[in-house]
Amino acid sequence: MKFAVIVFPGSNCDHDCYHVVKHVIGQSADFVWHKEKDLSGYDAVILPGGFSYGDYLRTGAMARLSPVMKAVEDFARQGGLVLGICNGFQILLEAGLLPGAMLRNRSLQFICKDVYLRVDNINTPFTCNYVENQVVRMPIAHAEGNYYVDQETYTHIQKNNQIVLRYTGSDGRPTDEVNPNGSIGNIAGVCNEKGNVLGMMPHPERCGERILGNTDGYILFESMVYYMEKVAR
Amino acid sequence: MLSKEVIERHGFTEEEYQRILKILGREPNMVELGIFSVMWSEHCSYKSSRIHLKKFPTTGKRVLQGPGENAGAIDIGNGLAAVFKMESHNHPSFIEPYQGAATGVGGILRDIFTMGARPVAVLNSLRFGDLKTPHNRHLFSGVVSGIAGYGNCIGIPTVGGEVYFDEIYNKNILVNVFALGIVRKDSIFKGVAKGVGNPVIYVGSKTGRDGIHGATMASDVFDETSEAKRPTVQVGDPFTEKLLLEACLEVMDQGLIVGIQDMGAAGLTSSSCEMAGRGGTGIDLHADRVPMREAGMTPYEVMLSESQERMLIVTERGREAEVIRIFDKWDLDAVVVGEVTDTHRMRVFDKGNRVADIPVTALTDEAPLYQRPALPPPYLDILHDLDIENIPVPADLNKVLLTLLSSPTIASKEWIYRQYDHMVRTDTIVLPGSDAAVIRVKGTDTAIAMSTDCNSRYCFADPRTGAAIAVAEAARNIVCAGGEPAALTDCLNFGNPERPEIMWQFQEAIEGISAVCRRFNIPVISGNVSLYNETNGISIYPTPIIGMAGIIEEASKRMTQYFKAEGDVILLIGENREEIGLSEYLKEIHYTVRGVPPQLDLELEKRVQDLCLSGIREGLIKSAHDTSEGGLAVALAECCMTPGEERSIIIGAEIGLRDEIRADALLFGETQSRIIITVRQEQVEKIKEMGRESGVPVSVIGRVGGDRLLIKQGSEIRINMSVKDIAEAWRNAIPRALED
Repeated sequence: MKFAVIVFPGSNCDHDCYHVVKHVIGQSADFVWHKEKDLSGYDAVILPGGFSYGDYLRTGAMARLSPVMKAVEDFARQGGLVLGICNGFQILLEAGLLPGAMLRNRSLQFICKDVYLRVDNINTPFTCNYVENQVVRMPIAHAEGNYYVDQETYTHIQKNNQIVLRYTGSDGRPTDEVNPNGSIGNIAGVCNEKGNVLGMMPHPERCGERILGNTDGYILFESMVYYMEKVAR
Repeated sequence: MLSKEVIERHGFTEEEYQRILKILGREPNMVELGIFSVMWSEHCSYKSSRIHLKKFPTTGKRVLQGPGENAGAIDIGNGLAAVFKMESHNHPSFIEPYQGAATGVGGILRDIFTMGARPVAVLNSLRFGDLKTPHNRHLFSGVVSGIAGYGNCIGIPTVGGEVYFDEIYNKNILVNVFALGIVRKDSIFKGVAKGVGNPVIYVGSKTGRDGIHGATMASDVFDETSEAKRPTVQVGDPFTEKLLLEACLEVMDQGLIVGIQDMGAAGLTSSSCEMAGRGGTGIDLHADRVPMREAGMTPYEVMLSESQERMLIVTERGREAEVIRIFDKWDLDAVVVGEVTDTHRMRVFDKGNRVADIPVTALTDEAPLYQRPALPPPYLDILHDLDIENIPVPADLNKVLLTLLSSPTIASKEWIYRQYDHMVRTDTIVLPGSDAAVIRVKGTDTAIAMSTDCNSRYCFADPRTGAAIAVAEAARNIVCAGGEPAALTDCLNFGNPERPEIMWQFQEAIEGISAVCRRFNIPVISGNVSLYNETNGISIYPTPIIGMAGIIEEASKRMTQYFKAEGDVILLIGENREEIGLSEYLKEIHYTVRGVPPQLDLELEKRVQDLCLSGIREGLIKSAHDTSEGGLAVALAECCMTPGEERSIIIGAEIGLRDEIRADALLFGETQSRIIITVRQEQVEKIKEMGRESGVPVSVIGRVGGDRLLIKQGSEIRINMSVKDIAEAWRNAIPRALED
């Protein structure tokens, strides 16, 4: 499988995503500069975390105007797998590929720590190797992860199983106490209606190797490969 | 003719000005006066410290680059080098905490990637005043936000460091940043201007009027008017620095660099003349070609601006276009602003007119050098006078332990490091909170342990021993993480060097550092000096901060300080002594800063560290923690609390001590050369045997288990508390101090 890791000016998890795809799960990967216009030949696209354009206007607001985003939209429309992590998630929101918007964390501070997540939907190409309602641990690192949708949209995405990941305790309960940023419904990750575009604030690429003390993120990349090799063909 | 007032405002003494007249054979013009003033400032010239810094041992089997370049470099095996350095940004951070700290991070990172290394880790050493005052809370939270804002955006993890709080820093905070990068050892770049006719290219942000005379400001004491110096603080742009980092590494990768240097303190002036100085060449610069942020900037302003995120590159003639094309890709300015000459002079032109013409060596090697007078301070006798008999042993030692764990200096620093992205780059394999931070080096089995240390109260009372302890403790922290200490960088923060007692502190500290470096074979490969940390006549405690890196050959064997499992046996390497002078205990409980620092026996220290490292390498040891501020009881409490998500893991311990010394000294004294380790029951004899063979005291002191920390001395129970209560106090102390 061939992954494209998009590099925007200010992306800083691009190397981490490349590393996990290439050296940990053993697939091929290319860095794709944001001025490229063609994504043909790739099986999956990752929009990595970071501070594209310094987050100076609004997270993701500038990056979504990059030439490559038109290609990402086309790629997604044709059913290609698009994974947006952290800033990548924010860019997907700005681009309208996913519903909702991001607000500042309710603490108004940047937060870097491990959180527990519950996998609420395992019927996506990104989560198919997890167990239903599995509780996993992943790091978050963001100042703007307070996901918001209006009530109508919330009902819609819930009904449509688009809520893929929620912040929970280790017991799997999504209480307000364990919500790190104030995100509505403790949402940590959502997908589009077709399920081929996933945005998530936690960083699976930071927990894909035993030396890092946690391999819960490995399963996400493994799921993508499994889906592309076994299900999509 | 320049007025006396103009000359004084530029910080020159009469003697120094006479020297300029002699060098030039005429009066300098304003541009030249400005160039001399920044290059001869304490900050850039090290004129008070240079003579003494030569005493440091700077060579060793791993050293690839010692002091004198943008940063030092050591061989870490596999054809790779680690490049590291520490720098201060004290003065600007006091005036404007967010930007001062942010640009401190930006500056040290440029020093690292200038060498061709990709920065992979940042640590910081901070000193603040008492958090009880709103201004100190403002400075503290501003500095933390500034470090977070810059480091998080550029995507380099802030993995560790240390913070102390003491009233002595009320008016002079310290912000020291350590950065480390990795590079192929055959691809290290230097700040050298060579090849007559080679073009000099300016890259990065445009030049503005910010930071003019920043270096001069950092070479002066503070008084009530210091707030007015805000315009001399630079403003950071981490996004541009990220682009600059990637563009520079790309240009280096393409083999387009002859020499490269960051524009830090004294901006274009210092970068250009230092490069010419190292190359033994001259340099011509055209100030009017420099990209400018605003119209109407004079050559004086252009040469002295400290605008951030700028670099100077010398490339081969004919390859300018290739360099410019890469910077263009990253949307950065790259303009040929001059060329390398054989004149040995730094010449500046403005629209073709020569506006400065100075011999390069006059600005670099021949800058003034002072052997300033040094005298032991009169306060020492009073300070050393401590009669321990007059210090009552408190009845409730549980309460003492809680008070110490809640003091901001000892309390959990989670409030700080949670705001730092400490995991980006996916190399951090020991997260903040343990003795040393550890990062793995991708593509190898190697990992690097890093620690920063200094107890300045010890240094105040005895700078030689205090500084030696800083080195010994840094090495001990590295060892506790499973690393072999390899080299160090330092950031020497002191008061006004024109005072003989400050120079005495400085000289003593250098002797102390050098002695441990020699005994432990740990060379000094880079460093920074920050003097004039004085306000209204009050100097900070001497604070020679040590930043050390060590090598872990098998990354999987890195160690943390936390107790791992019920039933493991707790041992103490080293021995307890009755030493409470200058301790955190004495200050927090008895409001007394008196006495002498704990003794440091270098031979014992070395044996303790060697034993611990062997035990870790042989896989016998499951946790290792050095005892420092707060003593044995605090160290044991820290071992019981593994930081983590949602609920941290807490585990108790039962300790039985037999030492017949005062209970407070036993629990809270800060005797050096002690490491608490845990091993499985079946390894106890093996470790004790290793101790006997190497002549190191090793004693079983207890066992891991339960949910309480119980410490007995003989048959007396000294501490008996639930670890949950301990954790609650320790973890919430800093957030609570900020809520007041």
